[in-house]
Amino acid sequence: MLIATTVALLVVMCMALARALLGPTIYDRILALNMFGTKTVLLISVICFLFGRPEFLDVALVYSLINFVSVIGVLRYFEYDAAVRERAEHD
Amino acid sequence: MIENAVAAISGVSLALGCLLMLSGALGLLRFPDFYTRMHAAGITDTLASFLIICGLMPMAGWSLALAKLGMILLFIFFTGPTASHALARAAQLGRPALAVDGQVDAGVVEEVGSAAVEVEPDSGRI
Repeated sequence: MLIATTVALLVVMCMALARALLGPTIYDRILALNMFGTKTVLLISVICFLFGRPEFLDVALVYSLINFVSVIGVLRYFEYDAAVRERAEHD
Repeated sequence: MIENAVAAISGVSLALGCLLMLSGALGLLRFPDFYTRMHAAGITDTLASFLIICGLMPMAGWSLALAKLGMILLFIFFTGPTASHALARAAQLGRPALAVDGQVDAGVVEEVGSAAVEVEPDSGRI
């Protein structure tokens, strides 16, 4: 059952990458990366149980922390970018 | 008796988690518009992750691994909606740059912030 979950996770990650490549706007790409990140966390957790190594769960936890911070960081950059341009247009 | 109960619970929830994840990822690819894709991604991020980690929990039994899985679950539970909110707000702020969503998929407005398309933003909003 764990192997089936791993395969499903890998398929979903490939789909997320496909959306990241295809995505017309920047925000689709960020959405796909965010989803890819959470799937990586799940993949590490499932592999941890597959190999019977409980210390992998720390890796998964840290990865979910980093994933969240990076998504917010990238969004902050683009939000600032759009806002500056908007102000420039109105002035 | 306990073993196959544990195996049954984890098997069923893992299977459900995989099913939801695949359907969400399919939705992410096929939906026409950015905001509908966010809904599809939201499903996989929250419910599918919840089901898969709940499927792993009985395998861990009463141990430190169970506590760590609980931590991961708690963290995904809190950061998922926050990240989606930040993403939707940023997309909404960049609205003039995105122009009309229908048009966006035709690749008219490729990068963020090109003011080339003189379309008032609310036309064509679904």
